[in-house]
Amino acid sequence: MIFSNLAEKLQDTFDKLRGKGKLSESDVKSALKEVKMALLEADVNYKVVKRFVNKIEERAVGKEVMDSLTPAQQVIKIVNEEMQNLMGGSQEEINISPDPPTIIMMVGLQGSGKTTSAGKLARMLSNKGKNPLLVAADVYRPAAIRQLQVLGERLDLPVFSMGEDSDPVDIAKGSINFASTHNCDTIILDTAGRLHIDQEMMEELEGIKGAVDPDEILLVVDAMTGQDAVNVAQNFDKRLDIDGILLTKMDGDARGGAALSIKEITGKPIKFAGTGEKLADLEPFHPDRMASRILGMGDVLGLIEKA
Amino acid sequence: MSFLERLKDGLKKTKEGFVNKVSNIFTGRTNIDDELFEELEEVLIQADVGVKTTFALIEKLKEDIKEEDIKEPEELMKYFQAELKAMLQNEEGTFNFDKDLNIIMVVGVNGAGKTTTIAKVAGRYKDQGKKVMLAAGDTFRAGAIEQLQIWGDRLGVNVIAQKEGSDAAAVAYDAVQSAKARDVDLLIVDTAGRLHTQKNLMEELKKVKRVIDREAESANAQVEVLLVLDATTGQNAISQAKLFNEAVDVDGIALTKLDGTAKGGIVIAVKNELQIPIKLIGVGEAAEDLQNFDPEEFIEALFSNGE
Ligand SMILES: Nc1nc2c(ncn2[C@@H]2O[C@H](COP(=O)(O)OP(=O)(O)OP(=O)(O)O)[C@@H](O)[C@H]2O)c(=O)[nH]1
Ligand SMILES: Nc1nc2c(ncn2[C@@H]2O[C@H](COP(=O)(O)OP(=O)(O)OP(=O)(O)O)[C@@H](O)[C@H]2O)c(=O)[nH]1
Ligand SMILES: [Mg+2]
Ligand SMILES: [Mg+2]
Repeated sequence: MIFSNLAEKLQDTFDKLRGKGKLSESDVKSALKEVKMALLEADVNYKVVKRFVNKIEERAVGKEVMDSLTPAQQVIKIVNEEMQNLMGGSQEEINISPDPPTIIMMVGLQGSGKTTSAGKLARMLSNKGKNPLLVAADVYRPAAIRQLQVLGERLDLPVFSMGEDSDPVDIAKGSINFASTHNCDTIILDTAGRLHIDQEMMEELEGIKGAVDPDEILLVVDAMTGQDAVNVAQNFDKRLDIDGILLTKMDGDARGGAALSIKEITGKPIKFAGTGEKLADLEPFHPDRMASRILGMGDVLGLIEKA
Repeated sequence: MSFLERLKDGLKKTKEGFVNKVSNIFTGRTNIDDELFEELEEVLIQADVGVKTTFALIEKLKEDIKEEDIKEPEELMKYFQAELKAMLQNEEGTFNFDKDLNIIMVVGVNGAGKTTTIAKVAGRYKDQGKKVMLAAGDTFRAGAIEQLQIWGDRLGVNVIAQKEGSDAAAVAYDAVQSAKARDVDLLIVDTAGRLHTQKNLMEELKKVKRVIDREAESANAQVEVLLVLDATTGQNAISQAKLFNEAVDVDGIALTKLDGTAKGGIVIAVKNELQIPIKLIGVGEAAEDLQNFDPEEFIEALFSNGE
């Protein structure tokens, strides 16, 4: 496999510059424009890109790159290293309470994939020997409860619901009793989709958090999200102090720059990736693979190491 | 609330973020300099207008400056608005009800807002005295049929549905037959959310369209395909529009979730690159949160200063 996209462009740019003789500082800077473009095209937030490119520039404007016979690859290497730093190294697990039940709360914008991901998590945990309970705390979306019940039936796992006329805070509280009488050691709360600027709905989440003190609050984010990802993540994090992120719809062709933005803005780890509509389509998130995806390159690291 | 009030209300977020910043860029300085273009680039990209379209816009402005000998930033702003308007101009209206039976097939990626938009469109035309019918063509997602049925009950509109897991094309066939038999004016067909990159699911969608087209022909019916795009989406919306258009010939776009802080700038890129008209905007989760996309009003609302 050869370098594609960014790597190719960098190669082209440097090849052209080389024709003029030795690379100058401004040559490298203009080549870094390609890096900036690639990141913006991947939907990485504009401000994050600016900071990121400045960091790259500090390292790239130096002998390492300017004197190199393979400047394009040197730049890619630096970009990749900085990206790894940003995304975090190892993949992180969910917080499990030493004193069951472990309570996991799913939050996020409308249609991001909370309900489906609640089902996927339940399946994953059940496969690991846990006894999860799904809780229908979305009383607004038409047939939201039904949706979760169908998932529960497919997984042969219990679903706790109090109908649509109950308060989500009461539902969350009620689920704890239900869990203890039904031997469930893990509670997964499905909440309604909401806008991060909807005061009333955000207060509802704070209410649930205050009432049941979840061990893990997962922000569910659509991998196709654009520049707004930072506003969304920042607001949810500010109000709820989230524990991690679950990035959905990774099975498409979105570059997923939102991942980088969110990580940079909240500092919270991305823990899971949703890779399809089926309940089995959930994977632990691998930060190291995300860099290549955002830049639209194959196995960058492997190739750089050979170079 | 009046149409304009609703539109303005829905667009307020967009405006506060985007418009004031844009006009500040032009009115807040005496010279047209590099900084102006850099700030413009920042605002456009943060509004998800996209890298390609942003740079095309800026290039166009630079040409205008030369050709028209523009010196004042404020004068340049008029050109900027005009360029945007030209990009968004839409000759067609929303929907035509020329035929005995009009069919709208609604397509889009997962969670974009298809089913909710269908409810909104159904509500609007029912209020206008049309006989409306819905078809539950999402036979795949848990609770999808019930979701549409709940909307049908709320709106007092018939819903044609089969069992979960049944063939979507068969549902569409049934629905068209039934619409013909019952003298329906408008039939809206829901489809399952699918990522545009999923070949087999896109094939299935083509099949549904073929069945509708075939049945429509014998009934003097008109068929329109409406693509639903989530305003929170970044650059991926272009790929979505491209591939859905290739598969089923999209006639128009509904842009949802404009009530959030996402700016929906992808609309400009999609219109500019693919020439698909934007017809409707969604500004909330309720049945009445639907507006026609009117480029004049849209841009006016975007650029009007204060209130
Ligand atoms: N392709 C794909 N689709 C997904 C993934 N995760 C969820 N979906 C789909 O996305 C759509 C929305 O998912 P839901 O789970 O209903 O989303 P939600 O956040 O609960 O939505 P609201 O409750 O309305 O806010 C559904 O069609 C799901 O099947 C994923 O990883 N890949
Ligand atoms: N804030 C806001 N939410 C919306 C809007 N349109 C739809 N939604 C919400 O987005 C979520 C997904 O909407 P659906 O209509 O179920 O989306 P869909 O495309 O049919 O989803 P799938 O069938 O699962 O692919 C729901 O929670 C809706 O209430 C809108 O304009 N604004
Ligand atoms: Mg849900
Ligand atoms: Mg739907």
